[in-house]
Amino acid sequence: MKAFADLYAALDETTKTNEKIAAMSRYFGSAPAEDVAWAVHFLIGRRPKRLIPTRDLVSWAVEEAEIPEWLFGECYQAVGDLAETIALLLPPASATTDQPLRYWAEERLLPMREWDDAARRESMVEAWRAMSDRQRFAWNKLITGEFRVGVSQNLVVRALAEASGVEANVLAHRLMGDWQPTPDFATRMLAKETGDADVSRPYPFCLAYPLEGEVESLGDVQDWQIEWKWDGIRSQLIRRQWRTFLWSRGEEVITDRFPELAAAGGLLPEGTVLDGEVLPWKDGAPLPFTQMQRRIGRKELGGKILAEVPVVLVAFDLLEHNREDVRERPLEWRRAELERIVAAAGPESHLVASPLVAGVSWDELKSTREQARSRGVEGFMLKRRGSPYRVGRRVGDWWKWKINPYSVDAVLIYAQPGSGRRASLFTDYTFGVWDQGELVPFAKAYSGLTDDEIRQVDAFVRNNTIEKFGPVRRVKPELVFELAFEAIQRSSRHRSGIAVRFPRMARWRTDKKAADADSIETIRALLPPGP
Amino acid sequence: MCRVAVDNVLQLNPNGLYCAAGDFYVDPWNPADRAVITHAHVDHLCAGSKSYLCARPCEVLLRARVGVEGSIESLAYGEARHINGVSVSLHPAGHILGSAQVRIEYQGQVWVVSGDYKLAPDPTCIGFEPVHCHIFVTESTFGLPIFRWPEPGEALAEINGWWRGNQQAGKASVLFAYPLGKAQRVLAGIDNTIGPIYTHGAVEQYNVIYRASGIALPATRYARSVPPKTDWTRALILAPPMGKTSPWLRRFGDFSAGMASGWMRIRGTRRRRSMDRGFVLSDHADWPALLSTTRNSGAERVWVTHGYRAPLARWLSENGLEADAIETRFQGEQDADVAGEAEA
Repeated sequence: MKAFADLYAALDETTKTNEKIAAMSRYFGSAPAEDVAWAVHFLIGRRPKRLIPTRDLVSWAVEEAEIPEWLFGECYQAVGDLAETIALLLPPASATTDQPLRYWAEERLLPMREWDDAARRESMVEAWRAMSDRQRFAWNKLITGEFRVGVSQNLVVRALAEASGVEANVLAHRLMGDWQPTPDFATRMLAKETGDADVSRPYPFCLAYPLEGEVESLGDVQDWQIEWKWDGIRSQLIRRQWRTFLWSRGEEVITDRFPELAAAGGLLPEGTVLDGEVLPWKDGAPLPFTQMQRRIGRKELGGKILAEVPVVLVAFDLLEHNREDVRERPLEWRRAELERIVAAAGPESHLVASPLVAGVSWDELKSTREQARSRGVEGFMLKRRGSPYRVGRRVGDWWKWKINPYSVDAVLIYAQPGSGRRASLFTDYTFGVWDQGELVPFAKAYSGLTDDEIRQVDAFVRNNTIEKFGPVRRVKPELVFELAFEAIQRSSRHRSGIAVRFPRMARWRTDKKAADADSIETIRALLPPGP
Repeated sequence: MCRVAVDNVLQLNPNGLYCAAGDFYVDPWNPADRAVITHAHVDHLCAGSKSYLCARPCEVLLRARVGVEGSIESLAYGEARHINGVSVSLHPAGHILGSAQVRIEYQGQVWVVSGDYKLAPDPTCIGFEPVHCHIFVTESTFGLPIFRWPEPGEALAEINGWWRGNQQAGKASVLFAYPLGKAQRVLAGIDNTIGPIYTHGAVEQYNVIYRASGIALPATRYARSVPPKTDWTRALILAPPMGKTSPWLRRFGDFSAGMASGWMRIRGTRRRRSMDRGFVLSDHADWPALLSTTRNSGAERVWVTHGYRAPLARWLSENGLEADAIETRFQGEQDADVAGEAEA
């Protein structure tokens, strides 16, 4: 447990990817296989659910620390994290523990669910007494189901690759599916012999840069293939050896979550890899992404949600054809073959070839681009004709030419403290807009300000609180912010009747007074036509 | 207890803690005729008073802060001075060089104003000395049970280890520490054989005073006086708390940022400041020290100021003492970060 707690602290202490990988690689290289399996299990986010109700943990902790509950509350306010508060306020350890992570996971964590309250309590208190602050913190995080470390599966894979010499793609594949963190699994995971992973291996995604300057700088419009830019889940659909894999750009296999596309794979010729966006789709057009969010979070996909929010792969590139890597072939060739494959799969296949947009001039395209919002897309993708499919983000061949976000001036009306590194600062804000002389809540936003601005707003909140509701403060309506957002919809769940996507603070309008903020009518005018 | 007598000895008025019988303030918030000063940190010291009384080792620091104008009188620790029939003496608080608790005795009643204090050993100042009193005015910067300090040696060993690790990684080590007190405590405690030590001007000015006061500190170099193209990768640089993107830091190239402060006990504070490493090293009393000091003072009544006043006062009240939270100079709420800026 000590080594694992140290690893957790080391990962927490740096924001640098290389240092995180180095810390994990050191751990994987020195820990026994049985601990490595559990560490990987926890690090990639397969944490257990909360095992003990918060109120029980708190009451055991305050008894152990011999403090009243109100004082726990004061401490929690200062720290902003349950697991950390408990770790910090317990008295110093009276014993030590040399037990490995496997022991804590298998003998103390997993059985917790079966035990009664007295046994749980005894186990927790005994653990706390034997652990350093650092160990307690990691342990409490596991117990509360809040173990998060800010490393992606991808980073864990890179560290494992570094420690073991096994190729990252092979490891990524081995971490898919329903494995148990046993020593046997760890041995198989780090085995040098390959072959198993190759069948599912995706290609590195080609990524586009946003177009910053004028579009005319790209030269002749005829040199470019124009597509709509879809707001979906970028994915590769792979069909090899009669098996289908859907990989997201986060290098996760997401085949199980999209049964439509698992079936679509069966309609592809052997040895095919398509690149595209997974989108919720009905009647030949995308559904709002909020619909997709209803699906993404679910473990079990019932018939109802599958019928209400079907998905398609809007395919825009072909990377492997007849078992051959075709990424070096020119764009037009790949496009033609892609169209043939999608057509052959048939109209019921849940595969769609991303339509091309015709334009004889940039000016014409600029006006066509205005349709983006009504079409539910983010703008255009511009791809240079004749170009190969490149690895990663390269300047020159692929550009995203997005429409500008919506923006609205709104007034800060409520604030509450953030969590984690923003605990004890007021960083989470609710903004209001005018409705018949009253400010109605319109959107919440948490991002977009610099640390300096956050401190200034925090000070404002502290000195201008009108009312407190638990952690939430109602503040004097004085500060005006320009909010930017990507999409706007009607919503019966919001008091303003409006829901927006990705709201964030674009600018602090220190030049504006609350009275200058926008009204709800102005914002309603942005809504797409509808009921 | 006789209310009038209490008010006559010490009361809180809009300018801070005031002794009516002796007509003087302790750490006044605005210029006063006569100010008794616990120590030379800005949150306890306001320039412009007509006369100051402080502990002898504090005098030179006070002079640096208030300039040549003010009249400063200093006392040896334990030496009593009578002001209008009130007996005032200063006793080591162990916070920084020259820090003192103020003992005030009038008509048989004894008050002690702690100023800031710590119990842990510190080679740069005289250790805290318990003083019996009837009424104790205590600080509470870290007045919550989550604040419990490790041995100072632990934090210093961690700093040494971090410095060595950065050298191996080819990075400079920039350590942020409060420039008066904390920086010198770090200097006196770290392993100065690891590499060269450089300082920001704000730190160096106090190094000069500490050395002149007879405190042994390792050799340091003022970072600005160093020629361009210096190799910083083996160096430790001591600087006052500042943003990691401050232009002053650019000269050091790739560096690791650390901070030595009691606030580093909380992960959120360290992360919010984007510190690579936080070292828990404080010049204030932690929760156990606040409780034991209050108990050992023998006071039946406690005033709690500077910090987590309300929780500490409530805890003491629930544990059999008459305790009140009193106003501090800082308006608004307790905020870890604001107080952290001032001093920690």
